[in-house]
Amino acid sequence: MSSQIIQISAKYLKPLLLALSLFVLYRGHNTPGGGFIGGLLAASGYILYMMAYGAKITLSKMWLKPFNLAALGLLIALVSGFFGPVVGEVFMAGQWFSFLEIKLGTPTLFDVGVYLTVTGVMLIIMIAIFENLETWN
Amino acid sequence: MIPLILLPVIIPLATFILLLFFRRSLVINQTVTILSAFIQFVVGFMILISVAGDGILVSQPGNWPAPFGITFVADLFSAIMLILAGLISLVISIYSVSAFGKDFQKGIYYPLISILMMGVNGAFVTGDVFNLYVWFEVMIISSFVLLTLGGTKAQMYGGLKYMTMNLISSMVFLTGLGLLYGQTGTLNIADLALKMRTLESSPLITTIAMLFFIAFGIKAALFPFFFWLPASYHTTPVTITALFSGLMTKVGIYAMIRFFTMIFVHDQQFWQPLFLTIGGLTMVVGVLTAASQYDLRRILSFHIISQIGYMVFGLGLFTISGVAGAIYFLAHNIVAKTNTFLMAGIINRIKGTFDLKALGGIYRTYPFISLLMFIPIMSLAGVPPLSGFFGKLLLIIAGFESKQWWITGVAVAVSLFTLFSMIKIWNEGFWKKTPDEDVPAAKKSVPFTMVLPVVILALLTVVMGIAAEPIIRISTAAASQMINPDEYIQAVLGR
Amino acid sequence: MELILSTVIGVMYAAGAYLLLRRSIVKLILGIIFLGNATNLLILLAGGLTWGAPAFVEKGAGVVSQGSADPLPQALILTAIVIGFGLTAFALALMYRFYRISGTDDIDQVTE
Repeated sequence: MSSQIIQISAKYLKPLLLALSLFVLYRGHNTPGGGFIGGLLAASGYILYMMAYGAKITLSKMWLKPFNLAALGLLIALVSGFFGPVVGEVFMAGQWFSFLEIKLGTPTLFDVGVYLTVTGVMLIIMIAIFENLETWN
Repeated sequence: MIPLILLPVIIPLATFILLLFFRRSLVINQTVTILSAFIQFVVGFMILISVAGDGILVSQPGNWPAPFGITFVADLFSAIMLILAGLISLVISIYSVSAFGKDFQKGIYYPLISILMMGVNGAFVTGDVFNLYVWFEVMIISSFVLLTLGGTKAQMYGGLKYMTMNLISSMVFLTGLGLLYGQTGTLNIADLALKMRTLESSPLITTIAMLFFIAFGIKAALFPFFFWLPASYHTTPVTITALFSGLMTKVGIYAMIRFFTMIFVHDQQFWQPLFLTIGGLTMVVGVLTAASQYDLRRILSFHIISQIGYMVFGLGLFTISGVAGAIYFLAHNIVAKTNTFLMAGIINRIKGTFDLKALGGIYRTYPFISLLMFIPIMSLAGVPPLSGFFGKLLLIIAGFESKQWWITGVAVAVSLFTLFSMIKIWNEGFWKKTPDEDVPAAKKSVPFTMVLPVVILALLTVVMGIAAEPIIRISTAAASQMINPDEYIQAVLGR
Repeated sequence: MELILSTVIGVMYAAGAYLLLRRSIVKLILGIIFLGNATNLLILLAGGLTWGAPAFVEKGAGVVSQGSADPLPQALILTAIVIGFGLTAFALALMYRFYRISGTDDIDQVTE
């Protein structure tokens, strides 16, 4: 698993895939995209890195460990629903703010939560599989 | 603030997130889970009081109006089920504190219980068919993981069969859902109840109803579909079996009762004999197979199937008293069945085995615990004044009222066989002498947290039997709310 | 168009059911995936097919106009795909563990 080509290309492709995933996440509200596919793209960036360098190094390079990442995503998704009752409407009613020319709202926040959760869950699964493969070989 | 109806879903989710952050500390896991289960139980009571006083509770998250958005509805039936679900989760959380070793509990066990409760509570309060599918999936995925937690060979084999049957059930549910949407254009249960009353009976509607019947029948372990249950329920630790027996099959029955009283009301000449026949066959097959087993968990697993047959029999009568009997029996069964499995866990702790041939003499060494265990056994058999007697009485009276003599006779005969099975358990497990030695072994101490849940559930069985009148009244009101869904439709859609 | 799509869905259901009954556990999981995808297509077909019109509203209009596609089946299918992904991930993990424990791919070897 340590060919030179994949090691060099994974080093550069990982940030590219992460940037692409953020782009797909943001455009998800009005055009095809969204939190789920964004999360899968971000996870695939990490997986490419894992295939080149192994699970342990990839895990050490992440700020938030996958379990905490998934939990944080769920927390953000849950909190985004509470913006409604604060204003007086029902739970999970969408609130929108206009900031300069960018419209931000609680659906976007929920989508970010979904993004983090999907990334975290995919990484949990993949790290478990990679660790198993390494001890098996 | 947050409407009362959404609390049963938000509280387990918040617990799950909290426990994921603190997954290293066992004490926080245990205390937060027990606290959250207790809060769910109390919220269930608050919802019941609110529904009984003010009428059906409705909430539209996201502020999308009724037939387009997802509705959360709580009527009397949902409230009863929420209380029972909260009770079971509380009882299981307390029991697991000493039923498992510390390493087992330290993993994702407690978060999984919280997510399972979120799925179950969500299924009880939702008013939209696709949302019901989503909560079913949440429930079964967490049950897959709970079933195979521990990774032994028997668990893998049982988990494989359980997973395949449940996945088939989900696919059939989704197929019926797609066809239902194509036929009526809506997925809101109240709107469907309204639209279905104007549509004529057609082969497509009967097909859709049959697809839903199969999907819920697999989940509820009805006659031709139940084979996953005895193949998988006895492989996993008894605490998890107790949790499943109290909740998983009962959610399938809940969905079946809700769909076939409110939505699929056409063509009664076809559905009534089908329900009654399948209910009868389920009762008979379950109890006859249970009579030949000697492993305690297998006997109890087969009895789950047989008791499900009673509930389907009650539903199949399609009268208010029949459905009310089914609801009361459902409530009684959740309490008594979970209690018997917890009891089996205590027996395993004392004696180290589940095999009835090797057990014996528990009454002599542990008289108080034996008395405690006598209550759920006799309640399942239907001995007065415990709750099982009133459940079966209600069903038999409803059967006689509808002039269904054959099936009511079958129900009575199956009850005798259940009594035989229960007496066998009592005889072999408690009454007879231990086969190995005549000298009683040293008395092992049973942890307090294992006995407390059995005490709570046994007390509840006695109370449900002695104070059966108010519970029967609530069940009858719940049944009439579903068979005449005008109040429900009025509360959700406003017309 | 509906005829072609319903034939394809029927063939996929048949293939899924056939694979579900095979002896190897890999084919079992493939059968489950087939069934899931066939069901997703069925939801799309039952919701009504519209040629070439996306499920979006004209700018400034309040309601969905007559010509555009029905967005609800698309949302249902997306959710069903995500749920199916989770189930498949668990099924694959179970299959891996099954192989490690029993050493074979054969489900008929499963005895108590």
